[in-house]
Amino acid sequence: MANRIPRTPVREQNPQRRATNFEEVCLGYNEEEALLEASRCLNCKVPKCQGDCPVHIDIPGFIHRLAEGDISGAADIIHQDSSLPSVCGRVCPQESQCEGACVLGIKFEPVAIGKLERFVGDWAITHSDEKEVKKAAPTGKRVAIVGSGPAGLACASDLAKAGHEVKIFEALHKVGGVLVYGIPEFRLPKEDIVAKEVEAVKRLGVEIETDVIIGTTMTVDDLFDREGYDAVFVGSGAGLPRFMGIEGENLNGVFSANEFLTRTNLMHAYDAEYDTPIFAGKRAVIVGGGNVAMDAVRTAKRLGAEAVIVYRRSEAELPARVEEVHHAKEEGVEFRMLTNPVRILATDDGWVKGIECVEMELGEPDESGRRSPRAKEGSNFTVDCDVVIMALGTSPNPLIKSTTKGLETNRRGCIVADENGVTSRPGVFAGGDAVTGAATVILAMGAGRKAAAAINNYLLD
Amino acid sequence: MYEIVSKRILAPNITEMKVRAPRVAESARPGQFVIVRVDEIGERIPLTICDYDPLQGTVTIVTQTVGHSSDKINHLNEGDAFLDFAGPLGRPSDLLDLSDEELRSQRILFVAGGVGTAPVYPQAKWLHEHGVKADVIIGARTKDLFTYVDEMQGVANVYLATDDGSAGYHGMVTGLMKDLIDNQGKQYDRCVIIGPMIMMKFAALTTKEYGIPTMVSLNALMVDGTGMCGACRVSVGGETKFTCVEGPEFDGHLVDFDEAMRRQNMYKNNPKLVSEPHKCQCNNG
Repeated sequence: MANRIPRTPVREQNPQRRATNFEEVCLGYNEEEALLEASRCLNCKVPKCQGDCPVHIDIPGFIHRLAEGDISGAADIIHQDSSLPSVCGRVCPQESQCEGACVLGIKFEPVAIGKLERFVGDWAITHSDEKEVKKAAPTGKRVAIVGSGPAGLACASDLAKAGHEVKIFEALHKVGGVLVYGIPEFRLPKEDIVAKEVEAVKRLGVEIETDVIIGTTMTVDDLFDREGYDAVFVGSGAGLPRFMGIEGENLNGVFSANEFLTRTNLMHAYDAEYDTPIFAGKRAVIVGGGNVAMDAVRTAKRLGAEAVIVYRRSEAELPARVEEVHHAKEEGVEFRMLTNPVRILATDDGWVKGIECVEMELGEPDESGRRSPRAKEGSNFTVDCDVVIMALGTSPNPLIKSTTKGLETNRRGCIVADENGVTSRPGVFAGGDAVTGAATVILAMGAGRKAAAAINNYLLD
Repeated sequence: MYEIVSKRILAPNITEMKVRAPRVAESARPGQFVIVRVDEIGERIPLTICDYDPLQGTVTIVTQTVGHSSDKINHLNEGDAFLDFAGPLGRPSDLLDLSDEELRSQRILFVAGGVGTAPVYPQAKWLHEHGVKADVIIGARTKDLFTYVDEMQGVANVYLATDDGSAGYHGMVTGLMKDLIDNQGKQYDRCVIIGPMIMMKFAALTTKEYGIPTMVSLNALMVDGTGMCGACRVSVGGETKFTCVEGPEFDGHLVDFDEAMRRQNMYKNNPKLVSEPHKCQCNNG
């Protein structure tokens, strides 16, 4: 029986070694390992994995091809629903999506769907020259895409395939959005993976212009009136960092996770060759429990700091992917659960010298279904540190909202759009974190693709 | 790539560059800034826009060498190019919100210190185009360090001050401000101060004494310049603001300058730096 084969372990860099470098942690499957793992799939009649995939990739379909050794065929199946398999195979929270639904997981370990997707995606990248680019005849319609993150890239490639002329405007100097400024190199290699995925989008004829901030360099109205676009997709992400509003947050040595990660990822501050500085301190406390907190704490560790996670709920509630928490622990990150900061303490010259916290306990479930934490009175204590990094989530940038007439937003500043990305303004579509608030790469990609379909209909009507 | 179409040395270590950046030139307004990057390994450096010409497609910046990155900028020559030149960023000056009538009823004083003179210029020029001739105090340590005096004289009433008395009023800008108001019968409804943080702090204290509403243009550390990183946070009236999207101009009587100065020096000569020390992120005005 296929399901008696144990889940094929994936090779990883040794934790002690990798905690001092920025190379990728997970080394992925080779062909032999991938084919063996693929052979574990039961090919269920009603594939629950597919249902729990946000973009409904035909998972048994691609795994079946892979098990037969037809990697190219497997890639074709994935590409019907996903534009970024190498990325999603690495960063998707599979345990709460496809792998969480895998029937094998009930009694045994689920099929390593993420690792298989990654294998197929990486194979497709290295064999991209062999694939013919299929594109519909030119429609003469032009679409502007705001932001080159996962939503924008996915939307752009679908629209280009449909024959439209597509141009992406990116505010930063590098293409990829959160894939280049947010997610660290050790989880998602920039040159080998992100840049290659971007190349694939460009090969479809998509033009990309960097250093253009829609909202200031040009407005959405300019895109229609001055630049003559027929439709606009806004995938500008959720880039604004939140802070706690506690005493001492503006001390030297307090950073948002966004700043800390942008300095390392986008600006290569960890590389002595590059000009951008970064300060990780001797002991860095990262406040938060999501993937961004894990990225920040593991980055601080790699920069030579003792690195501590402070999170107000318990480990069971950590929103981060299980794999990231596991990797962080292996690398020597200290976890302080049920701990909430109340103020940051200063040295005489205005640098961080510690963070005062309170112990928390969990009460009744709140609207998120998680038990809500509350402070134990009088439990205050101090954690010594010289750096504090706030990883408390992000909200959408108001630049587009404030400069686009007739574009409805909600009270959280998110653009209001239906499930097809249709906004309150005709011809303007939106998707990804700009609509949902901070979410995942796969959801953003899915939103970009749905919007592409809606834009296609809109343009051809 | 963004070509440098002309370069002028204004004073020792201070250069002016006209950069071809048509999209920025088209949208730029007085008070806004750009983020530039010299090369692939370079920092993203915020620089206030000193002039712009939508017809020529050029934007003018003035840079003073204060560290590694500004030195790199000042070593570029005519014909060289910036790898990145993004903007305009930040909110335009508040003056742009006023109607022509309101503008004409206002007596406006600019106080420019050091390399801060250049970014005052587009505001004074804009006012001049709207029929208002403002007073501009330009302060420097010594007369050789003056920049943009001729340009400014074409659009405003200029008053000079030097610390060493080599030109104009002998003393600090704050002394000249008091002299104009106390001894020369000047009255002002508004003041805009741009210059080194310490000069802005004391000039703002002076206008506070006289009850003159005052804006200052902050040159905080930044990475992206679009609101993403929060490196540029500043306390204004007890509230945290992001200089890049909510500024760069803030109420000078509410800014916590001591915190702003401390934050500005976060990466300066700090032995605690993980990467090598003394890599300035310098915004020269």
